Amino acid sequence: MKLSYFPGCSLEATAKEYDMSARAACQGLGIELVELKDWVCCGATSAHSTNHLLSVALPSRNVALAQEAGMDLAIPCSACYSRVKKADYVLRNDDELRQKIEDIVDFKYNDSVNVLSLLEVVSQLGEKAIAEKVQKPLKGLKVVCYYGCLLVRPPQVTHFDNTEHPMSLDKIVKALGAEPIQWSYKTECCGASMSITSKDVVHGMVGRIIDAAKEVEAMAIVTACPLCQSNMEMRQAKGTNLPAFYFTELIGLALGLPAAKKWLNLHLVNPNPLLQSLSLAD
Amino acid sequence: MSFIDADKRKFFNEVREKSGQPIDLCYQCQKCASGCIATGFADYYPNEIIRLVQLGQKERVLNSSSIWICSSCEMCGARCPNGINTAEVMDALKEMAIAAGTVQEKNINLFHTTFLNSARTFGRVHEASMMAIYKIKSGDLMSDMDFGMDMFKKGKMPILPHRVKARGKIKNIFNKTAH
Ligand code: SF4
Ligand code: SF4
Repeated sequence: MKLSYFPGCSLEATAKEYDMSARAACQGLGIELVELKDWVCCGATSAHSTNHLLSVALPSRNVALAQEAGMDLAIPCSACYSRVKKADYVLRNDDELRQKIEDIVDFKYNDSVNVLSLLEVVSQLGEKAIAEKVQKPLKGLKVVCYYGCLLVRPPQVTHFDNTEHPMSLDKIVKALGAEPIQWSYKTECCGASMSITSKDVVHGMVGRIIDAAKEVEAMAIVTACPLCQSNMEMRQAKGTNLPAFYFTELIGLALGLPAAKKWLNLHLVNPNPLLQSLSLAD
Repeated sequence: MSFIDADKRKFFNEVREKSGQPIDLCYQCQKCASGCIATGFADYYPNEIIRLVQLGQKERVLNSSSIWICSSCEMCGARCPNGINTAEVMDALKEMAIAAGTVQEKNINLFHTTFLNSARTFGRVHEASMMAIYKIKSGDLMSDMDFGMDMFKKGKMPILPHRVKARGKIKNIFNKTAH
């Protein structure tokens, strides 16, 4: 499987370990990712909060680049995925707006690219194929899978998994030998878009999620989004020390990729004591 | 819908058109509010915002903090039995509040402007300089310094921005979509 890859701005900086682990995990699973040449910022929350037209036009530039590359597009960041997926939805379904966007972005939409989240790409491999690649099963690691808001919503745009109770990430984690615990906060939003501007509010939002994770005795949270991951680690109550993993890091660990060590050292909440206690890291 | 005066009707119609949402269909079941993470942190519940729009209460709505504290998580829209995507309504209201000069959550809007300026300049957001500019402009200089330093030490805050090649195209997109 070969796809275009649009990492997004966070993965160039604060979510570096997601980028590194995504590339390595995919390589390990036999998925070839080719970085989209000259990709641009999707505009994220800031564009759709302040300028609707811009919020469709900016990500459409990436749709245009993906068309040129001629492959489906895999996106690891939920926020980027949401913006590009929505732009693609508009381009596909709204003739009037499509013409406007085509003029603004200077391209012709041809409906040839499938926009996918990286989680969707990996889950399409199936549990069996993933389990077959596992070298070091993540035995004893009890986690909750946190999908966040934008991977599954709005359902008519994303068409991915069950909107209220998704399972794709749980299945991947299980295939890796870890134990996913069921809980009711899988798709609750963590408020990451306000993490910088409204800390008290976001402490409250993250606190509810962390409390729910602790209630079911999870040792860590598994995420598929750079904003969720850093928000969970930054805005949990001081002293909580509940690590948040990228699912691609867990794949790397289970596949026995030596580079995994490097990614895990970049976290704000150090996950190594937990992994060492389960003999999953040295 | 019937209205007691033309201004109220005008506001309602404007929001409905701008958001593209069938807000006239809301019957206050409160499914949106039940799942909304912003309740408890803002002044109105999402169903209250919809009701206020139905009643043409322009000032109360455009001055509310709820339209900004809404994180666009789309829970409300996914559950609404009447197909109302309230996140889209909130976005439309934010744009209207900016135009009316009634932004209640100034720092959130400042963050958006700073973020988009970075995207406009480089084609991608450069997190380090974007954060520095936001911190200076908001006056919130000291908070999160510990995280910032930690990230910097771990090489997660590259000093130099990446500039995309087709910056001309990006400028064009910004110019052609400007209000
Ligand atoms: S869920 Fe829909 S119909 Fe029910 S109160 Fe909210 S907006 Fe109105
Ligand atoms: S999109 Fe906004 S209003 Fe709707 S549930 Fe999420 S935070 Fe609440």
